[in-house]
Amino acid sequence: MKDFAALYRELDASTSSLAKQAALQRYLRAADPADAAWAVYFLAGGKPRQLVPTKLLRLLAQEAAGLPEWLFDESYEAVGDLAETIALLLPAPSETHELGLAAWVEQHLLPLRETAKAAPDELADRLRAQWRRLAAEERLVYFKLITGAFRVGVSKLQVTQALAAVGGIDAKRVAQRLMGYTHIGARPRAADYGTLIAPESDAEQVQKTSGQPYPFFLAHPFNQPLAQFDAALGPPSDWIVEWKWDGIRAQLVKRAGVAWLWSRGEELVTERFPELAALGEALPDGTVVDGEIAVWREGRVQPFAELQKRIGRKTLGPKLLREIPVVLLAYDLLEWEGRDLRALPQAERRALLDELVARLAHPLLLPSPMLEGADWADLARQREAARSMGVEGMMLKRRSAQYGVGRTKDVGVWWKWKIDPLSIDAVLVYAQRGHGRRASLYSDYTFAVWDGPPEQAERKLVPFAKAYSGLTDAEMARVDAVIRRTTIESFGPVKSVKPTLVFELGFEGIARSARHKSGIAVRFPRMLRWREDKPVQEADTLQTLAALLPS
Amino acid sequence: MPAQPEDLVVARPEGLYCPPGDFYIDPWRPVARAVITHAHSDHARTGHGHYLAHTDSAGTLRARLGADIALQTLPYGEAIEHHGVRVSLHPAGHVLGSAQVRLEHGGRVWVASGDYKTEPDGTCAPFEPVPCDTFITESTFGLPIYRWPSQAQLIAEIDAWWRANAEAGRASVLFCYAFGKAQRILHGVDASIGPIVVHGAVEPLNAVYRAAGVALPATLRVTDPGVDAALLKRALVLAPPSAQGTPWMKRFGAYVDAFASGWMQLRGTRRRRGVDRGFVMSDHADWPGLQQAIAGTGAERVFVTHGSVQVMVRWLSENGLDAQGFKTEYGDEDDQEAPPPAGEAAPA
Repeated sequence: MKDFAALYRELDASTSSLAKQAALQRYLRAADPADAAWAVYFLAGGKPRQLVPTKLLRLLAQEAAGLPEWLFDESYEAVGDLAETIALLLPAPSETHELGLAAWVEQHLLPLRETAKAAPDELADRLRAQWRRLAAEERLVYFKLITGAFRVGVSKLQVTQALAAVGGIDAKRVAQRLMGYTHIGARPRAADYGTLIAPESDAEQVQKTSGQPYPFFLAHPFNQPLAQFDAALGPPSDWIVEWKWDGIRAQLVKRAGVAWLWSRGEELVTERFPELAALGEALPDGTVVDGEIAVWREGRVQPFAELQKRIGRKTLGPKLLREIPVVLLAYDLLEWEGRDLRALPQAERRALLDELVARLAHPLLLPSPMLEGADWADLARQREAARSMGVEGMMLKRRSAQYGVGRTKDVGVWWKWKIDPLSIDAVLVYAQRGHGRRASLYSDYTFAVWDGPPEQAERKLVPFAKAYSGLTDAEMARVDAVIRRTTIESFGPVKSVKPTLVFELGFEGIARSARHKSGIAVRFPRMLRWREDKPVQEADTLQTLAALLPS
Repeated sequence: MPAQPEDLVVARPEGLYCPPGDFYIDPWRPVARAVITHAHSDHARTGHGHYLAHTDSAGTLRARLGADIALQTLPYGEAIEHHGVRVSLHPAGHVLGSAQVRLEHGGRVWVASGDYKTEPDGTCAPFEPVPCDTFITESTFGLPIYRWPSQAQLIAEIDAWWRANAEAGRASVLFCYAFGKAQRILHGVDASIGPIVVHGAVEPLNAVYRAAGVALPATLRVTDPGVDAALLKRALVLAPPSAQGTPWMKRFGAYVDAFASGWMQLRGTRRRRGVDRGFVMSDHADWPGLQQAIAGTGAERVFVTHGSVQVMVRWLSENGLDAQGFKTEYGDEDDQEAPPPAGEAAPA
């Protein structure tokens, strides 16, 4: 545990990816394989199910620190992270230990979940006994593991690279072996870690009986002006051009008679989409299709908000399934007849996919159409229809591209050629302090538009969106200072602010919503720029916002 | 409780005012008579008719506010009478010459703390609790999450960091406030690890400390003969936060940087600062220090200034004291978010 806490501190403190990579490799080489198995699990984003109810944890920490609730809350608000707050407030440790990470996780942390269920009376004593033994630095990691907020500035790709270096093997192979490793119920052992870094054998193929997907290949943004397209990309005939769907990226895996549906976050979502599970059953064994889950009605894709209605539901009744039908818009074939196709050129994979789609003729498996254009200007004209079609723009996939791993460009490239976001000038009306790097800074804002034109008497500001991103650190520091000066009232952590700040907000989609006060919901709102030139009175209105709604 | 007619200190737009004595303490607007707790720029401002401060503040005050200011100085513990108010200065442990101001009039005793730190650091007279009826306290770090490591532990961490960097052949750049913190670090570190280089904003203050008898190791400027790339690779470099990201930094090559501030206690501020390492080091009292200082005065009435005013007022009230806030315009020289106040980076 000490070594893992030291690694955490080192990764957290450093801003250099070289230094982080070196620290990761140093740790993995020195660690007991059982500890390394868990370290990889957490560093690659694994999260066990909630171990202790957060409320209880807060209460115990508050008691141990001898603080009233309000003061604990004030502290939490300043720190912006529960685990860190608790680690800072607890009295110094009174005992010591020599246990490794695996021992802590398996013997102390994970059993807390059982204790919480079977003997809730003992939970408090167990927790207190545990944190009494941990040094301050270990406590931060310990509480982060408990609260499920374990994040440190390394990407899964960096972990993959470190494992590849330690094992002396290809990073792509490691990426594949890692698929499913961070599953919520996973209990990685020393042997699992051994498998991650084991030498590659010629016989190592896709594990035919497992439901593991391939690492998703991700697109890069393409923002060049049209005049540059020919120079940058060559002729459109070198490319497969498709719509960029606004759904859930997914792989449908069928092996050994069982279908598995994985979302891009490596979450198994088979049960969320029973109709796609049924589609999967209909696929031949040894097939993996890559595509987008989307709500499809009357021959066209529906806004993402529709899909959200399904994601949010605990139970999927027949009515919901009927009213919000989904399809898989397929655009790639990664495995066919048990063979990994990823090294084949994009165009060949697509041809095989089209063959499969045609032969299966399943109503829920739609091929993502390939768009044709005489030249880039022609395609740019077609792209203008994106908004009305409910898509985000176009995808450009080089015909010769292999299917890479993650956001890489070494074996092929996918570009996303998105349309400009919708935008509106809105007024900052509420602010809340951020978390992590933005702790204590007012960085999370609520924005409003006027409910009437300037000539209307007594018009009001109506909140319609929250946004957190888009400002530079320097801008945020200035906005933070204005918020502190112009705070009107505090509602817990939220401050209402005198309306003085106008921002241009960009968003990807807009839909009517009964759940929002403004009657409108926007998708992916973010700040495009701070309109310091614009007085509050000139911000946009609910009417201008409504005019952006699709007809 | 509102201000009472017999109060020895009240808040006025110009600053904290003593009505019977007709003078101000650390006023932020020009006034006729000002008692200055210490020479940081937010407490010692320009334009007052007459200044009263501790003897050890004279050098910095004159350097910053002008050699010709009307300045009267007092050693700690010695009292003067002004309009019937007995005024004396007592160590605040914040920086060299920093003082708490004790006021006695009509049988009442008030103490205004200015900025203070309770743990001794060897570079200035340690904080002394001064018994009083009413205590005016700062609250910069008035939340229980702020608990400082001991001075010994802090210095050991800095030494270990410097030593490891020197062994790796990389300069150790430590950003710290030029007045107070820099001298604390110099006084504490193990100078046998390597040469020590200081920024132009730091050296004049070193001279003030040395003149006051504080032991500081030898320091070099980057312009001194013999300061070359080879020497810098083993050096500890002390620079004000404003030097971060400036061309002055280029000469240090592949240096490792760190920041010394109480705010480094929080992971978020550490990361936002964008340095390799954050050392938790402040010239202000931490939460236990504030509580200990307030209790040590025996005061039943407490006024809280700059920092976590609301939190401290509520906490003290719940603990049976008569507490309220004073609105002031003091900044926080420890606040890494704010640009350094003009003139403070180079007090000449």
